[in-house]
Amino acid sequence: MDYDELLNCMRCGFCLPSCPTYIESGKDEAHSPRGRIALMKAVVDGEIEPDEEVKRSLDMCLGCRACEPVCPSGVNYGHLLEQARDIIYQNQEQPIPVKAVRKAAFQGLFPHQNRMIGLTGLIGFYQRSGLRTAARKSGMMKLLPDSMRLMEKVLPDVPTSKAMKQRQRLFQPTVPVKKRVAFFAGCLMDTVFLSTNDATTKLLQYAGCEIIVPEAQACCGALHGHSGEKQQAKTMAKRNIAAFEEAGIDYIITNAGGCGAFLVDYGHLLKDEPEWKDRAEAFSSKIKDISSVLVELGFDKLPLSLQDEIITYQDSCHLKNVQKTFMEPRKLLSCIEGAQYVEMKDAGRCCGSAGIYNLVETEMSMQILDYKMKQTKATKAKTIVTANPGCLLQMKLGIEKEGLSDQMRAVHIVDLLLEAYENANPSS
Amino acid sequence: MLTKNGLEVLTAIVGKENVETSQASKLVYSFDATPQFQSLPDAIVSPRSASEVGQVVKWCSEQEIPIVPRGSGTNLSAGTTPLQGGIVLLMKHLDNILEIDEENLTVTTQPGVNTLELMEAVEAKGLFYPPDPSSMKISQIGGNINENSGGLRGLKYGVTRDYVMGLEVVLPNGETIRTGGKLAKDVAGYDLTRLFVGSEGTLGIITEVTLKLIPLPETKKTVLALYEDMDAAARTVSKIIASKIIPATLEFLDQPTIKVVEDFSNIGLPTHAKAVLLIEQDGDAAVVDKDIARIVSICEDNQAIEVSMAASETEAEALRSARRSALSALARLKPTTILEDATVPRSEIANMVEAINRIAEKHQVEICTFGHAGDGNLHPTCLTDARDKEEMKRVEQAFEEIFTTAVALGGTITGEHGVGAMKAPYLHLKLGEAGVEAMRSIKQAFDPKNIMNPGKMFANENRKRVVVKQ
Repeated sequence: MDYDELLNCMRCGFCLPSCPTYIESGKDEAHSPRGRIALMKAVVDGEIEPDEEVKRSLDMCLGCRACEPVCPSGVNYGHLLEQARDIIYQNQEQPIPVKAVRKAAFQGLFPHQNRMIGLTGLIGFYQRSGLRTAARKSGMMKLLPDSMRLMEKVLPDVPTSKAMKQRQRLFQPTVPVKKRVAFFAGCLMDTVFLSTNDATTKLLQYAGCEIIVPEAQACCGALHGHSGEKQQAKTMAKRNIAAFEEAGIDYIITNAGGCGAFLVDYGHLLKDEPEWKDRAEAFSSKIKDISSVLVELGFDKLPLSLQDEIITYQDSCHLKNVQKTFMEPRKLLSCIEGAQYVEMKDAGRCCGSAGIYNLVETEMSMQILDYKMKQTKATKAKTIVTANPGCLLQMKLGIEKEGLSDQMRAVHIVDLLLEAYENANPSS
Repeated sequence: MLTKNGLEVLTAIVGKENVETSQASKLVYSFDATPQFQSLPDAIVSPRSASEVGQVVKWCSEQEIPIVPRGSGTNLSAGTTPLQGGIVLLMKHLDNILEIDEENLTVTTQPGVNTLELMEAVEAKGLFYPPDPSSMKISQIGGNINENSGGLRGLKYGVTRDYVMGLEVVLPNGETIRTGGKLAKDVAGYDLTRLFVGSEGTLGIITEVTLKLIPLPETKKTVLALYEDMDAAARTVSKIIASKIIPATLEFLDQPTIKVVEDFSNIGLPTHAKAVLLIEQDGDAAVVDKDIARIVSICEDNQAIEVSMAASETEAEALRSARRSALSALARLKPTTILEDATVPRSEIANMVEAINRIAEKHQVEICTFGHAGDGNLHPTCLTDARDKEEMKRVEQAFEEIFTTAVALGGTITGEHGVGAMKAPYLHLKLGEAGVEAMRSIKQAFDPKNIMNPGKMFANENRKRVVVKQ
């Protein structure tokens, strides 16, 4: 563990009001950043054992990093959490089923885009073949826990394997070239959310970008990094750095807040590997979220329109707290003619999705989501805009949970912007 | 020490989910915002009502088990560190505002209410609760009362004590009493309300409080004045007060503090200035304009190199928040940040600032100074590393000298943080031995078994439970 970083926490408690789990646990210090850092330090100092309760405290953390921007001492909590989880997961014997699931996901699935496509293809087969209808009709869905059942319901209709495999690698802008960019397509985004990725490249084309999508790129490694699989995360990082190095581009564009934040941090991830450190920092310095680059290229000044409706925005924690991108999405959304942008209370508070948190810590996740839905409903919005696939699914789940699917929708910001652009430019 | 049987009794009173004994829970309630103090409790208990508080205290009294009441643990005097174990009593369930009385201008609330939420609730009705400790976003009102917290508005509006009108308190024997009330005039016997305010949880547990409110000021203006040297800033402070203007806020920051605060807040603070004054006046619009104009000219007459007005309330709030983060922001510079709380009569501010710098130099320690210049409450803050034992000794010597100097200038060892365990060794400097004895006998009268927050305020008690080393 980075001991100096642990000492940087001077325990003032300024982080407490920003921590969703501290709030939702009814002000339990063990579920606060200050408490977690104290636990990490006590373990490192050998004062206490890393027992179940300590692990529980760390597991309960969403990793939303809302504590970082409000910390006057500048403690890099995200790094501490990653290190602590890595130590705990690498040193602790886990139950065999958990081990198997982790191994399958972290080593077997995410690093291999062809397998992601295969699995997504299976989901597509399930959705299209009539299996889904049969499963829902038969009542077997009732066997699943509530959140899983809702998740099955809100999963978008996935593309065909053919569409996923024929991913286009080069795009020319529809207007004179302003920037040459590379698109970080992601693993989940380029399979389950392929249409959102397609919308992203279209927007970039309209904004004047020449786009390349390097074929050798891999999953960003965030899921691994956040779950205590640091070595795997490093392997992915190296693959990505190498894949983008040759491209000769101005920016590397992301459209998923979670991935973006992890990519921005490659320099830190590889800080102890001299042959990679500089390359990682060069890579990270080029990362830009889609909304940032669109604002930079004046996309907000293009004609954009929607039907008369209220829209609201749910921040992606990592986009806001790590990439510090929160004004740009609001700026873009406020420029859409016809639509009225209404800010929801605590828009920056985590929605409870947090990677696989909503599957493993369902109770807390749903409690956090309930608060979020209360604030969303108060805006009277018809459309909730998100900037990360996890948040998108979680907000869809929230809408489903509240029984509002006939009057509310959740969309990724690029899908809404494309809709608004095409609505205002029917010939495009 | 709590036995298994004891835990069962507590569980029967407050419910299973409100008694925690895990190693992790004990650890996270073993400290507050005070560096160098940490000690494990035996259990953490969260009563759901005042009546449960009474039952818990009664039982603890019978068993002679120490009780440490705790709000959000933001205090800077080790006031909520469970030095002798026992139970930490959390107020998190007692978090309701009971009544905002617009006829009597009072608010009655439970102790676990967040300070900022309370302020916002009364402001929504055009009323004003002025005490604004820097931790107000986090702290609870009960903690503010126990520590008699101050804040940025202390100069004009006073501190927490000046707003507490009545209390409901569970005494160390488990009996409940009420002191004061909504009355503006009440001279029935000793003023127990005042005695409990700032008693740091050593005399009883506050379970309800009635606070005085005043009308919300009509308007407010904020000025930032920059200086080439600290003396000029300190002179300005004296001149403003001597001109019979009482600003709502008159804050002082030295250069290192400005730098770290800017590093955190990124609001464009003037990092080139050697010292900065943050000055606010509120009230009737015409009066505010007149006072601010006068203040600006006083600043200019006293070698301010620049005086600027906040353009909007957003900008002013950014400045105030930045100032409130000063202590924690200083932690960016060194691993250990020790904040002190020396206070002098405001006419002595310049002398005190000068003395702090001299003492820091003499003992070769790094001390940054910021604070509530207008009310004489300074926060000399030492940046050090607790791992450097040699330096820590010098830090202690420097602080002792700072306190002695403050008292010699007619000041005190703590203006708003409280004595706790941290200042206990210095209490006699301010009170004299007879003064300490008088306070001890009050403690003895209320709490003969010494179960209420033992080890706080008075020195010479063994810190034998420091089980977690720093």
